[in-house]
Amino acid sequence: MSEELKNVNEQENSSSEQYSLNDDRRVKVLSPGAMVAKRFFRNRLAVTGLVILVFMFVFSFIGGMISPYEEDQVFYRLDMQFKEYAAVTKNEEYRFANAGKEVAYDSILQAQTILALTKKADSFTWKDVEYGVTQEGENFYSISHNGEVIGMAFKDIVSSTIEGVELSFDQRFAMLKAFTNGETSFSLDGVDYTVTEDGGVTTADGEVAFVSSYVIQSIHSDVFLTRAFKEEVVAAIEAGEEVFPFTNEAGESCEYKLSFDVTKNMWSIQEEKGVKVFDTYSYPSKEHWLGTDKNGMDMLTRIMYGGRVSLIIGFIVVVISTVLGVILGGMSGFFGGWVDMLIMRIVDIFYCIPSMPIIIILGAVMDGMRVDPTLRMLYLMLILGFLGWPSIARLVRGQILSLREQEFMVAAEATGIKIHNRIFKHLIPNVIPQLIVVCTMSLGSTIITEATLSFLGLGVKFPFASWGNIINDVNDTFVLTTYWFIWIPAGICLLLTVLAFNILGDGLRDAFDPKMKR
Amino acid sequence: MKDNQLLKYILKRIGISIVILFFVALIIYTLMRCLPTSYIEAVALQKSMQPNSKSFEEWMEQLTKMYNMDKGIVEGYFAWLGNVFRGEFGDSWKWTMPVTEKFNNVVWVSFVMGAIALFFEVIIAIPLGVIAATKQYSKADYTISIVALAGISLPTFFFASLMKLVFAVKLGWFDLYGLVGRDYEYLSPAGQLLDKANHLVLPIIVLVVISMGSLMRHTRTNMLEVLNADYIRTARAKGLSERTVIYKHAFRNTLIPLVTILGGSLPGLFSGALITETLFSIPGIGYTSYHSMVSGDIPFSMFYLVFMAAMTLLGNLITDILYAVVDPRVRVS
Repeated sequence: MSEELKNVNEQENSSSEQYSLNDDRRVKVLSPGAMVAKRFFRNRLAVTGLVILVFMFVFSFIGGMISPYEEDQVFYRLDMQFKEYAAVTKNEEYRFANAGKEVAYDSILQAQTILALTKKADSFTWKDVEYGVTQEGENFYSISHNGEVIGMAFKDIVSSTIEGVELSFDQRFAMLKAFTNGETSFSLDGVDYTVTEDGGVTTADGEVAFVSSYVIQSIHSDVFLTRAFKEEVVAAIEAGEEVFPFTNEAGESCEYKLSFDVTKNMWSIQEEKGVKVFDTYSYPSKEHWLGTDKNGMDMLTRIMYGGRVSLIIGFIVVVISTVLGVILGGMSGFFGGWVDMLIMRIVDIFYCIPSMPIIIILGAVMDGMRVDPTLRMLYLMLILGFLGWPSIARLVRGQILSLREQEFMVAAEATGIKIHNRIFKHLIPNVIPQLIVVCTMSLGSTIITEATLSFLGLGVKFPFASWGNIINDVNDTFVLTTYWFIWIPAGICLLLTVLAFNILGDGLRDAFDPKMKR
Repeated sequence: MKDNQLLKYILKRIGISIVILFFVALIIYTLMRCLPTSYIEAVALQKSMQPNSKSFEEWMEQLTKMYNMDKGIVEGYFAWLGNVFRGEFGDSWKWTMPVTEKFNNVVWVSFVMGAIALFFEVIIAIPLGVIAATKQYSKADYTISIVALAGISLPTFFFASLMKLVFAVKLGWFDLYGLVGRDYEYLSPAGQLLDKANHLVLPIIVLVVISMGSLMRHTRTNMLEVLNADYIRTARAKGLSERTVIYKHAFRNTLIPLVTILGGSLPGLFSGALITETLFSIPGIGYTSYHSMVSGDIPFSMFYLVFMAAMTLLGNLITDILYAVVDPRVRVS
């Protein structure tokens, strides 16, 4: 009050020089609306509420447009996973090769060879035919029939180092012979070969094969393992390493994991490979200021769109229930009698219907019927709006009951104004201040109701975002405990918005009716 | 006011309440009947899947008949009403036991929880409301008003999640879910009671904080109204101390609307706290009915909804009667 006085004094001081004391222009007249605005803006708390709301609107409606991401844009990340790549066995048993001669070196002869080797005999007889077993080198024997080599038994394996080239029996024989006897060179079919100590076999053109007691096979049939890789594997096994890096010819570096399986007596090599996965629950970063959610969507963008949904639903619901409430309450208050009686009993009945359980049941039904998410949002608004009108009808009726007894209404009736106009032009405008206050407050509570339903999974559904269904993720205890950025920002937005609506409602009430200021 | 006048008023109100309840139940029944029948089908299918069970058709027939689903809505409603008058609410589909028995099993947890929460709410909110009113426009008043508004604005589920994070996860003082701990069976009777009490702490805190705000605001508004009344000015003019004015003259008059409101909220204690109980998995009436409703358990939901409506009516009735009884100035018209 003192402030107001001061203002008046100031005005007097400044304007008294121009106008005489009884000049009307000396008094500044404010319209009722301007008075309300003046009182409102003097209330610091209410202005804070308004600022928060403006921020929330800008954040939700303009933020969604500015944000570089879409509401349901999914992000991916490369995840490093170890995948089964190759298997390694150290050969401890004899292997056999058939020379492809007239007499085939078949499995029966191979078994006989083993028997002969264990007996350390240099020949065996099978079906009255004699076969010769000759030691050619360490753990390397040739099997001959009538002086012709028909097959060989060996422990060290020869494998080609050139992709797509198979080695002939003679080549392998010669290589094995050279390797097992520790020779460094040999020549076959006019080609000179050099054998290194670690098993590499080279010609003048380069390396063609290598000999090793390890067998390394790729899991995938289309992958050819290079000599360098195999050597690296053997080196890692002999050094007892579990992880080794390898850079292939193309310069791509990869981590490989070696693990020994005792039961199978073999090593398995796992390759670390990048796999494209949903970028779920990633922590806040430059790209995603609030991280990403369980579907790999940008959290900040989801919150913006969620605010849009929450605010739009709040407004539409309040508009529906206000329109219904004003019409029914207005009729009830104006006509009185049996109309009033009927409408008020309907209001009583609606007051008694437990709205939250009803909405939950309807939500569950829509779940059961698999209603389309867009349609569902519409139904939700209709249901909430339809359940909200009775309180507004009661308010309007009460106001109108007291207003219609006042003189201006008698005057309106006396001038013969139509009933329709008397209600909507003379009575309703007088109810509007209270109506605005109640609507502002119920906007807040509607947003809470919608959020609660969405939180329970019965309101707004994926792919639409809503502050409620964003927080829904905390039903997963792991998210609750680990990923604060998933649910706390959305909760704070929700709390701030509802709080701002309530503060604004309070401020508006004080501004509209200073006598009520308590 | 004469006693028989009050009695007549009460009788009239009860009469109106019964009529309202009749229509509320009709609306709820109609709604329930409009649910897709697939729920019964699902139940019948599930039941027929069990070993040594009747066929699906037989179950369908029995279930539709059992719940008067084969009749029209109005006819079915009266059949339901007839059963209700005989005290039969049927068997719950989800919990497979009589509805009233299940209700009796779970309602007391909710009641105790609600009663304790109401107690704390009263002893916190009313003094704060009085302080805010007596020191209007002070810092304390603004703080209390904002706290009250924040309490009203807090979404239950968000606040409950925060409490869980802080007290159950970070500090580890309480369990996240449930009414009893893992080792409940091995505890002594006193230990069992303490275990339950421990599990109820967080839900009660949530309930108190969420509902405190409106009572605080209500107390403040009423107290301010009383403080502006003529008799307070008289009391001050007489030279009474500020203490006496506020606590003897003003506060007692503030109590009138508060007592009526609190009296009216007593029946609501039996309706449970749907959201809070569900969030904390407290097996009270709210939790039970939530799961009944979500799984389409018509008999139980029907019972719960009508029960809630009846409790609301009873609450309104108690409020009005208390108002007439407590405040001798009020004349029943």
